[in-house]
Amino acid sequence: MTDTAIEIREFLTVALRRPVAPDEDYFALGLADSLFALELVVFVEERFDIRIEVDDLDLDSFRTAERIAALVERKRAGLATGGETGAGRAVRG
Amino acid sequence: MPSAASATRPATQDAPAAALVDAAAELAAAVRGEAGRWDEHGALPDEAVRAVAAAGLLGLDLPARHGGAGATPAQLGEAVAHLGGVCGALRALLTVQGMTAAALLRWGGEAQRAHWLPALASGDLLAGFAATEREAGSALAEVGTRIEDDGEQVVVTGAKRWVTFGQSADVFLVLGRTDAGPTAVLVEGDRPGIVREPVTGQLGLRAARIAHLTFDRVRVPRENLVAPPGLGLTHTAAVALDHGRFTVAWGCVGMAEACLADAAEHAARRVQGGAPLADHQLVRSLLARSAVDAAGARALAERAAEARAGSPLGAATETVVAKYAAAGAAKAVADRAVQVLGSAGCEPGSRAGRFYRDAKVLEIIEGSPQVAELHIAERLLRQGVRG
Ligand SMILES: Cc1cc2nc3c(=O)[nH]c(=O)nc-3n(C[C@H](O)[C@H](O)[C@H](O)COP(=O)(O)OP(=O)(O)OC[C@H]3O[C@@H](n4cnc5c(N)ncnc54)[C@H](O)[C@@H]3O)c2cc1C
Repeated sequence: MTDTAIEIREFLTVALRRPVAPDEDYFALGLADSLFALELVVFVEERFDIRIEVDDLDLDSFRTAERIAALVERKRAGLATGGETGAGRAVRG
Repeated sequence: MPSAASATRPATQDAPAAALVDAAAELAAAVRGEAGRWDEHGALPDEAVRAVAAAGLLGLDLPARHGGAGATPAQLGEAVAHLGGVCGALRALLTVQGMTAAALLRWGGEAQRAHWLPALASGDLLAGFAATEREAGSALAEVGTRIEDDGEQVVVTGAKRWVTFGQSADVFLVLGRTDAGPTAVLVEGDRPGIVREPVTGQLGLRAARIAHLTFDRVRVPRENLVAPPGLGLTHTAAVALDHGRFTVAWGCVGMAEACLADAAEHAARRVQGGAPLADHQLVRSLLARSAVDAAGARALAERAAEARAGSPLGAATETVVAKYAAAGAAKAVADRAVQVLGSAGCEPGSRAGRFYRDAKVLEIIEGSPQVAELHIAERLLRQGVRG
């Protein structure tokens, strides 16, 4: 598993209060409450310093830790031109 | 009204937005004497709606590139508190417009943002948020309104209840469902098949032109779908509701501060048995408790504003906390204000009496206290997992 996927799983484990397998669909399992998706998007944006747009929501991209990690890697690869990475941005917790 | 300008950025950077906070205060002062009558007549007049739009208040926190003033959350909150301290319906106008705009800003496509946001910011279009149904209130995942693709367009069929400004809105952000699950779609108010049934005589927010809506096979272009089907609640409506909770919280701050001011003024002036009411220790107790409730609500609303401006990771929860505390404070302070005012608080046109009714409504909508407590406790329990 990539470092990105590990971090995402850590966040999910805390947010859902149980261990989450890399390919587990926590929405389908009914683990998420009504603020969770909001928090998940914010976490991914803040931590990896990317902007999630509506097009990124396709293909169930937020349904498992693995898929989020893949999305993050894709977005970051696309950000090749200059720009800071997330290193300087504080994340709580 | 105290206006502890909690500006978190240099004034030069956002001077237009700062001026709009002042404009909100001026507008609130100008209509203060009329809000009671609007409530009695059950309608915020069109001129008042136009005045809010003309002042630029409907696009307050939208970015300038979408026609907004780029206000910080703290500035938005201050402006909403000014309006909320005078009229719940004026505040509700900003709330529902802001909810729809926030959802589109976050999850609208580029074309949708370009099409809708400038019109929402200017007030050329007024929006309503249509989520609640008879069988789906707190549990919005159960909405039954159907959104179906007929090959060319999407067709919306269902019955929505309690849509604030549903009598007059130009466009509705409707939460329905497709086979993929809850789905959000924009429905223009002039499409054939929409019936608006005005709601009158309800407990509070009587001037907010509320309506129950029926959508009978209302056809809209596919471009009106917001975010992919299935994400209408977790993403689109969640953003709208989060924004709504924030402005409701600040509106409640304004209500609590207004009721506190009315109670203190009355207690100092009203003489009974040879002594001003304020000479009684028990009356002072009521005032003191209200002062602390109002200050606490403001502090938590400011904390939510800071969270939303900075690192927004905890912002959704801070916003739930602020709404929970501020609605509770507005209710308690309005209750004590009516107590201190006595029959004057029960008169038609009494601000405290009106806010007493409105505050109870605000405690129920945008997340009841019980649902808020579940969220707050859930976030608290997560800390245990961190170890
Ligand atoms: C004046 C007014 C304006 C409104 N404007 C709008 C609008 O613009 N758009 C819109 O879509 N809706 C609107 N609503 C509807 C409003 O959002 C709902 O009333 C609200 O969501 C609560 O739903 P409900 O009334 O069906 O109550 P229910 O969901 O039936 O809940 C009733 C009570 O049960 C308790 N309860 C519910 N769930 C739980 C739980 N999980 N745990 C513990 N206790 C619980 C709470 O005490 C709650 O107050 C408005 C309502 C009013 C009165």
